[in-house]
Amino acid sequence: MGISAKNICKRYKEFVALDNVSLDVKSGELVALLGPSGSGKTSLLRIISGLDFPDSGSVEFDGAEARTNDQDRHVGFVFQHYALFKHMTVFENIAFGLRVRNKKYRPTEFAIRRKVVKLLSLVHLEAFWDRYPSQLSGGQRQRVALARALAVEPQVLLLDEPFGALDAKVRKELRRWMRKLHNDMHITSIFVTHDQEEAMEVADRVVVMNSSRIEQVGTPEDVYHVPANAFVYDFMGNYNEFDGWKDRDGRIHIAETDVMDSADEVASNEEAETEALLLPEKKRILRMPDGAKAIKLYARPHEMLVSRSPLEDDGIQVKVIHINPAGPLVKMELESNSNRVLQAEVPKSVLDKLTIKRDDILFVRPKVTRIFE
Amino acid sequence: MSLSIPQNKQSGIGEVLWVRIALIITGMLFLGAVIGLPLAAVFTEALRKGLDAYVASIIEPDALSAIRLTLLVAAIAVPLNIVFGIAASWAITKFEFTGKRLLITLIDLPFSVSPVISGLIYALMFGAQSLLGSWLLEHDIQILFAVPALVIATIFVTFPFVARELIPLMEEQGTEEEEAAILLGASGWRTFVSITLPNIRWGLLYGVLLCNARAMGEFGAVSVVSGHIKGETNTIPLQVEILYNEYNFVAAFSVASILTLLAVVTLLLKRVVEKYGAKTKKITT
Repeated sequence: MGISAKNICKRYKEFVALDNVSLDVKSGELVALLGPSGSGKTSLLRIISGLDFPDSGSVEFDGAEARTNDQDRHVGFVFQHYALFKHMTVFENIAFGLRVRNKKYRPTEFAIRRKVVKLLSLVHLEAFWDRYPSQLSGGQRQRVALARALAVEPQVLLLDEPFGALDAKVRKELRRWMRKLHNDMHITSIFVTHDQEEAMEVADRVVVMNSSRIEQVGTPEDVYHVPANAFVYDFMGNYNEFDGWKDRDGRIHIAETDVMDSADEVASNEEAETEALLLPEKKRILRMPDGAKAIKLYARPHEMLVSRSPLEDDGIQVKVIHINPAGPLVKMELESNSNRVLQAEVPKSVLDKLTIKRDDILFVRPKVTRIFE
Repeated sequence: MSLSIPQNKQSGIGEVLWVRIALIITGMLFLGAVIGLPLAAVFTEALRKGLDAYVASIIEPDALSAIRLTLLVAAIAVPLNIVFGIAASWAITKFEFTGKRLLITLIDLPFSVSPVISGLIYALMFGAQSLLGSWLLEHDIQILFAVPALVIATIFVTFPFVARELIPLMEEQGTEEEEAAILLGASGWRTFVSITLPNIRWGLLYGVLLCNARAMGEFGAVSVVSGHIKGETNTIPLQVEILYNEYNFVAAFSVASILTLLAVVTLLLKRVVEKYGAKTKKITT
């Protein structure tokens, strides 16, 4: 079932949760609502589910306005903290949605049991049918919650930070499993997350939200490689920020590189800063020519070029303050002479070739930079 | 294992042995003097002239009528306060609305107002001098100095018990389970019966027991509105007072022993509820 939220506004007293948000989800799609806490993603999910009502705007399912009565929405909802019925067994939890149906639509006891058993095997919990939620692990509880939501054969599945309360390993497992489940069942699904990796890994499309608005909607690839603005770029991963300017010919300069070209000029970091302020012509910090436009430049840690010798063009002199060698890329924290902390990620082979250690002096430069104007 | 035990007692936050013994003895002595002795006195006084006199003063018509009336008043007030308590705590914990704070304050009011004052309020409200009183008089409706006033006064005095017990409990539980049930297609009533009620059952039972104990034992408010008509508007506590003032000590203590027994039974039930409540809580959380 396709979902279309139109011009949704929602306030809680002073706090604006959603500011004129519109979103279309195609039938069978798996969409991630991604954003920091307080960005409005859960509010949007709750409004789509019918748990909350928008102050203005509307929610349409397959082009028809969603009925206000929650029970008729055919929505499956999975809560972050599972919201399992504590006093019921796993079996009864899953059966609940079928048992509460109107007599006319209620399946026979036999059909209910068959259905629950099928769902139990789908979530690999056959052996746990008579346990109470308190006797299950977090991952198992979340799978029960999912089975319970699926029991009513929803046409839309909504998940609110479904893996947020789980530890990293279980989370990874469940993510993969959810992706597979979606591929098999093709229920239109929206899930809320603040974990960009999770969104990237699971979703067909990612909706990036920030302070009550949608910043960007796109495939994981688009959102990562063609971010619409600085916020999306920031949210998708670590980055380095540089001050710079664009001169009259449209050429881009990084401010700091001009300062650091000769290392012996800088005695100590603190001194360098005060001197730089006092003697701009000597240190040449932000030596921006008239008519140029100040800008911010961004580069990801893996987009940094690292060298032991001064780079002929635009090199920033840095000191290695931390090395994290776990993983295929070695993560380094670097400090420039103006106390700016930069991050660089290089393959292990590069690290070994350059024999980089802590406290070494290096020269770095972004290979590519992004500008958001 | 046994070697390490004395060490443990000396270390950490544990007190020295004699301090603990002294504390326990002090507590026991105090409880014995303030609660144990009077409790024993009630029964010894009641049985002073033998079992026959005890039974006789209990099956005496006025005493029986007092017992019946007490049970009747409790049987009306307690269920009403269960309904009110659940409704109020439901409203307070599951919804946001204006006047919520006022409602919470009002629920606590009977705890902070002297019962005699609350009785007086009803006496003035339904009395012949008031507007409502004269209207009632015209239509020949008897409220003051009759069962309705006793019930109303008792409801007023006991209504915080259930709500006070449930509000923190329901607050802690939040609304997610109810939301899940609604989204699974359950009606509001079904959600209440099969989700909310099981979750609050032990707290509710506890509140009901306290409410019942107070409803049966209430003296001040009931005393003002009852009119003390023997065999008609006297509840057990009022009957005890009258008998006592008539120097009929055996009868007074006999009737009082009934109330005491009810209190003891309530306490025992409370223990059971606490024990089972704690047990299920351990399983469910």
